[in-house]
Amino acid sequence: MIKVYTSSVIDAPADAVWAQVRDFNGLPQWTPFVAESRIEEGQPADRIGCVRNFRLRDGGVIRERLLTLSDFDYQCSYSILESPLGVENYVATLKLTPVTEGNRTFAEWWAEFDCAPEREQALAEQIGQGVFQAAFDSLKKVVGR
Amino acid sequence: MIRLRRSAVIDAPIERVWAVLRDFNSHSAWHPAVGPSEIENGEPSDQVGCVRNFTLKDGNQIREQLLALSDRDHVSTYCILDATLPMRNYVATVQLKRVTDGDRTFWHWESTFDVPRGREREFDQLVGGEVYEAGFTALAAYLRRDGRPVSRLAAVDSQGVVATSFGGPEVLQLRRLDSPAPKSGEVRLRQTAIGVNYIDVYIRKGLYRMIEPPAPIGMEAAGVVLESDAPGVRPGDRVAYACTPPGGYVTVRTLPADQLVLLPDHVSEETAAALMLKGMTAEYLLHRTYRVKPGDTVLVHAAAGGVGLLLCQWASALGARVIGTVSSEAKAELARANGCEHPIVTRSYSFAEKTKQASGGRGADVIYDGLGHDAAQENLEALAMRGHWVSYGQATGALEPLNLSGKSGTLSQPVLFHYTQDHLQQMAGRVFTAARDGILKPNVRHRYPLAAAANAHRDLEARRTSGQIVLLP
Repeated sequence: MIKVYTSSVIDAPADAVWAQVRDFNGLPQWTPFVAESRIEEGQPADRIGCVRNFRLRDGGVIRERLLTLSDFDYQCSYSILESPLGVENYVATLKLTPVTEGNRTFAEWWAEFDCAPEREQALAEQIGQGVFQAAFDSLKKVVGR
Repeated sequence: MIRLRRSAVIDAPIERVWAVLRDFNSHSAWHPAVGPSEIENGEPSDQVGCVRNFTLKDGNQIREQLLALSDRDHVSTYCILDATLPMRNYVATVQLKRVTDGDRTFWHWESTFDVPRGREREFDQLVGGEVYEAGFTALAAYLRRDGRPVSRLAAVDSQGVVATSFGGPEVLQLRRLDSPAPKSGEVRLRQTAIGVNYIDVYIRKGLYRMIEPPAPIGMEAAGVVLESDAPGVRPGDRVAYACTPPGGYVTVRTLPADQLVLLPDHVSEETAAALMLKGMTAEYLLHRTYRVKPGDTVLVHAAAGGVGLLLCQWASALGARVIGTVSSEAKAELARANGCEHPIVTRSYSFAEKTKQASGGRGADVIYDGLGHDAAQENLEALAMRGHWVSYGQATGALEPLNLSGKSGTLSQPVLFHYTQDHLQQMAGRVFTAARDGILKPNVRHRYPLAAAANAHRDLEARRTSGQIVLLP
């Protein structure tokens, strides 16, 4: 089991950032690598247990299940059901915390998963930087001041 | 109940921010609202349960207790015990998180407390604004100042006394030396007093192979920080060290900040240079290897020696009955004047019978033995049932294997460095507090210029000195 942790500061109030990221079906609106997304079986996107099915710009398809969603804590978590990444037992959490100084947002995103030992380092880099940090950078442009 | 939450992002790595905040007594150094602050009872400032007693710049007095501290999670929780402010049930938590994007630090500070009805807004502003928010700004500035000294000098003129080879005092010669600029985590200090210890003689002679000549010797010194690239240490701070690798006989030294102790105002640099090594030795012997209790019988060998006198002073203050061995009547008087109730004059290591007499036949609950081989049989005789024999030096040769089962005895062979590597701040703090309270009485009787270090060694080896010796650069 390895853990990947990425955190950043978004120059926008936590309410505004949360409004963007709480939509489990909203990845195409704020990440650079998701081309299209839908929630399976017509469920609402904030119902625990719903599955998002999205296609990456490079063609890969990923299915993820929403495990928790808290508007009080600005936090959600999800697991991967299917993906081309080659990971197992993948659970990720995205959490926002207000930064009172400057009315900004501290954003954390971490994941735990299993994979072949020789792929650990490459996957940690790919997920931590290629996915989480890249998404944060894109989020800064979408919601930032 | 008021619930406050304030947070900020500090432009420094989490390790640097945490190094300051984990120290429960650091706030007087960086927080603009905090005046003098002290940890009560000489406890270490990162020990859960310790109490900081401080004055705010506005005159209010507060006592706060550390309730939890996690180096893994970077969390510190504390509460107010007493305050001249009308705050009740105050519990606060500081938590740091790493901002991986830019290697910065997210700092979250929250608390809950009660105040008299109608004064909520006032205290929201006081605590949230003048304590938390002002603290964010001040610590950020404090860390910036730490990292970028006003005048960074690539090289500083330094001189040092070098053992040019192993041998007599004549091998000690004054040389020009390089003093490198401090790297991350290091400081450069101008030394103002250097302690001389007998171990320096052993190292000079090559009996302890701790240097490769030519190299400076010296185990302890004190001085003033010139430059710092370490959090929590600033130019102008008065500091001291002991137990670093040899190299203390120099005018300017660069070394890791975690080997330094900040000097309280009441401890002079000369006292620190004379006291740190021997005082911390007495500290671990009396408080760690064995915890001396009131009523214990303590046997101290070489009771009029440098460490011996400190052991007598401190053990008697702890309520122990102190028995000591010395080699002359004059030394017996000196030991007696320093807390040794029963000095035994002996040149033949014969003391067991008198130790038993002085302790009502019981023997010594703890023996502090720097003698080793030649006194072993008498020590075994002098040891009380279930007694603790602490062999911290072997001046007459190595101990042979012992059978302590006749008394269910315990033997320790402690080394100072093994204690300081984890407890330096706590040990030094307890020594300085004991000196302030008059329990330890450092006695600097001999001062030599640094360049005359060879003379200091000659006098030390010829037993022409008593009390502590310092070199003055």
